[in-house]
Amino acid sequence: MQTLSFDYPAGPPAARRALAGVVGSGDLEVLLEPGDSGRTTVAIATSVDGVDEIWRAVIDRIFADDGLPALKVEINDFGATPAVVRLRIAQAMEQTSPEARHD
Amino acid sequence: MTDVAALLQRQSFVELPARSRCQHLLDDADQRELLGPFERLTSPWLPKQNIVTQSDDGVVIMRGTLGDTKVVIAAVEPAFQGGSMGEVGGAKIAGALACALADAENGDPVVPILLLETGGVRLQEANCGLAAIAEIHDMIVALREHGPVIGVITGPVGCFGGMSIAAGLCSELIVTREARLGLNGPQVIEQEAGVDEFDSRDRPMIWSLLGGEQRVATGLAEALVGDDVAAIRDLLARHVTASPKPLARTTDIARFEALLETVAPTERATARTTRDAFAQTTGAA
Repeated sequence: MQTLSFDYPAGPPAARRALAGVVGSGDLEVLLEPGDSGRTTVAIATSVDGVDEIWRAVIDRIFADDGLPALKVEINDFGATPAVVRLRIAQAMEQTSPEARHD
Repeated sequence: MTDVAALLQRQSFVELPARSRCQHLLDDADQRELLGPFERLTSPWLPKQNIVTQSDDGVVIMRGTLGDTKVVIAAVEPAFQGGSMGEVGGAKIAGALACALADAENGDPVVPILLLETGGVRLQEANCGLAAIAEIHDMIVALREHGPVIGVITGPVGCFGGMSIAAGLCSELIVTREARLGLNGPQVIEQEAGVDEFDSRDRPMIWSLLGGEQRVATGLAEALVGDDVAAIRDLLARHVTASPKPLARTTDIARFEALLETVAPTERATARTTRDAFAQTTGAA
């Protein structure tokens, strides 16, 4: 297991929290909560060691846009591929938007 | 296989993760999760062994109604660590059942429904998981005095180990054909008794002996249901309002001992011989 953390500039806090995925083989769990205004933090625990650069590239591409709402992101990964990581984060972010159905 | 339209409209239950299973079974209004993922009650043992945790420790507890009946659903997430029962996840189920017991004793019954998809205790948590499973057994036995305690096994994992005892203790057990129920799983039996006794790669043989259809035929489960969200929901809605049957499965020990007397351990059991033996001694099949 390896833990990673990243930090990005962001807009105002997200409207609500959201969850997507499970810690199953080839999948990951993404927890999003409203962050401190202006700052998004990403904390990752992954079962696969030594792929820091790939994580940085994938997460950078999503959160480098500083117009996004501020989020506290927690990722628990069980060997998901970059495509699955992007999909799960997108799925969770969709639920944090103010228009999303709240459940 | 004739009704193609029905097949196309069917929504699989087996393919749903634990949280969605609960959400689909409960009425939309007033459903709420207890000790949800953002409480972050995760396993303290897994990180010490370099294993990634899940924010709900693989157990989802949800309160709500099914029809007009108050229910609490405890669902094990099959994908996380093989649906294994750790200390925290087990305690969540035991705690939910303890609350249901307190409610029942106060005359405000809440029917517990257990969605069991588990290989049993999480080996990394050993005795702590086993202690939680023992508490679950204790609570099920106490709750049965007040009303139904319903277990559901749908697959893909099945229900094994200490939690198979929990399934057996339920007053009603609902299974699919894909479900398996056994104290030991196929690989454990093969490891302990040899491949001649039980070939863990022989899938038709495994399902013929441990599968849902066989378990219903031998009276170890009450109802067989298809892998269909609506069908499972309808069946549960009927079971939560039914008064529980006499608990022959866990009280009539003499009959099962008589059954064991008839078993010749040198002969390989088949689905047919097992059903016949149960029919002769317990009246099932």
